[in-house]
Amino acid sequence: MSSWQVIQQGLPLFEKGFGLTLWLSFVGIIGSIIVGLICSLLQYFQIPVLSRLASIYIEISRNTPLLVQLFFLYYAFPVFGFKLNAELCGIVGLIFLGGSYMAEGFNGGFDGVSKTQVETGKAIGLSRLQLARYVVFPQGFTLSVPALAANMIFLIKETSIFTVIAIPELTNTALDLIGMYYRSNEYLLMLVIGYAIILIPLSIILTILEKRVRYGTFGN
Amino acid sequence: MAHSGINVLFEGRNLVRLFGGLGTTIEIAAVALVLGLILGIVLGVLRTFPNRLLRLLLRLYLEFFRIVPTVVLLFLFYYILPRQLGVNMPANEVATLVFALWTAAEMSDIVRGALISVPKHQRESGLAIGLNRWQLYRYVLIPQAVSLELPATINLVTRVIKTTSLLMLISVMDVINVGQQVVEANNQKYPTGVFWVYGIIFIMYFVIDYPLSWWAKRMDKKRLERANG
Repeated sequence: MSSWQVIQQGLPLFEKGFGLTLWLSFVGIIGSIIVGLICSLLQYFQIPVLSRLASIYIEISRNTPLLVQLFFLYYAFPVFGFKLNAELCGIVGLIFLGGSYMAEGFNGGFDGVSKTQVETGKAIGLSRLQLARYVVFPQGFTLSVPALAANMIFLIKETSIFTVIAIPELTNTALDLIGMYYRSNEYLLMLVIGYAIILIPLSIILTILEKRVRYGTFGN
Repeated sequence: MAHSGINVLFEGRNLVRLFGGLGTTIEIAAVALVLGLILGIVLGVLRTFPNRLLRLLLRLYLEFFRIVPTVVLLFLFYYILPRQLGVNMPANEVATLVFALWTAAEMSDIVRGALISVPKHQRESGLAIGLNRWQLYRYVLIPQAVSLELPATINLVTRVIKTTSLLMLISVMDVINVGQQVVEANNQKYPTGVFWVYGIIFIMYFVIDYPLSWWAKRMDKKRLERANG
C-alpha cells in the first residue's frame, strides 16, 4: 500500500480523534478558567479558610504531573467505589491541573497592577470592592492575558497524555493505528499535522489578541 | 485489618524498587537538564544576533518543539530514529535526547527574552565604551539577564521533572512503570494497594517539585516588589 493510501485509510479515525481532542480541550479550558478565577478571587479577597484551601490546591496541582493525577483518578479512586468513565476522568484531571495554572495566571495579572494605581485609588477613597472593580481587575485581567493564552496551548498539548487512560483522542488514535498496521511514518506525520492544525492558528490568534489588549494598559 | 493496603509498600522489595525507579527518573531528568540548559543558553544568545537566517532557523526549531506535545515527540524519536536514520538507542537514551532538545528549545526562548529585556542604554553604553560583542555579552548583558531569567529557568526545571512521568510510555523503567508492576503483582493480596502505590508516587513528585517552585515564586515576588516600589 502506498503512503497516500495509508493516510487516506487512517483519515476517518483521525477525524474522530481530532474532534475528541478539540472537545476535551475546550471543556477543559473553560473549566480551568472558571476554577482558576474562583481560586484567584478567593485569594485576592483573602476569604478566610477558603483562600488557604485554594492555595493548598494550587500547590498540589501545580507540582504533580497530569499523568499521575489521571492514574489516581482512574485507577486508585474506583477502589473506594468512586468510579468515573475515562473521558470524564480526563476532563476532571485536566481541570484539576489547569485550574491552578489559570489561577496563577490571574494572580500574576493582579499582582502586576502597579502600586501607584492601587494607592491612588485608596487615596480618592474607594472601598475595597470598588478598588477591585474599577482599578485592579480591569488592568489585572489585561495583564494576565499572555499567561492565560500560554496556559490554553499548554492544556491542549496535555490532552495527549489522555492516551494512558485509553481515551481515543489524536495521540491514542495514532498509536492504535501504528499498532495495527505498522506504518509509523505516515501516522506520526498525521499526528503532528493534527496538532499543528489546532495549535498554529490558535497561537497566531492569541498573539494578535495579546497585542490588542495591550492598548488597555495605563501609564508608561 | 489483616491486609491494609499500605502494607503493599513494605511487601518484599517493593519500596526499594519504587525508589530505584525514582532514581532512573531523576537520572534522565538531570542529564537532560544539564545538556538542555547549556545548549539552550547558547541558542538563546545566538537568537539575539543580527543574522536573519540563523534567527529564522532557531525560531523554527523552537516552534516545532513548542507545538508538538512531548508525548508525540517521544514517539517520533522512538519510532523514527531507528527506522529512518538507523540509530538504535535504548529507550532511556531516546528519552534523554528528547528531553534535552525540548529543554534547549524552551530555554533558548527564556534566555532570549531576558537578554532583550536588559535596558537598551546598557547595551549602547557598552558599545560606546568600545566593548566588542563578546565583552558586551560577557560583562554587560549576561550578568543582568541571569537575575531576570532565573525564576523562569527553575520553573522549566520543575516542568521537565513533571514531564518525566511520560517516560513509561516508551517503556523506560521509571518510577511510574515500576509502580504499575507493583500494583499488578500485588493486586490479589492488596486490592487497595493501588491507592497507596500511586499515592507515594504522587508524593515523590510533589516533594521534588514543591521546593523548586516555591523558590521560583519567591524570587519572582521579590523582583516584582523591586520593580513596583
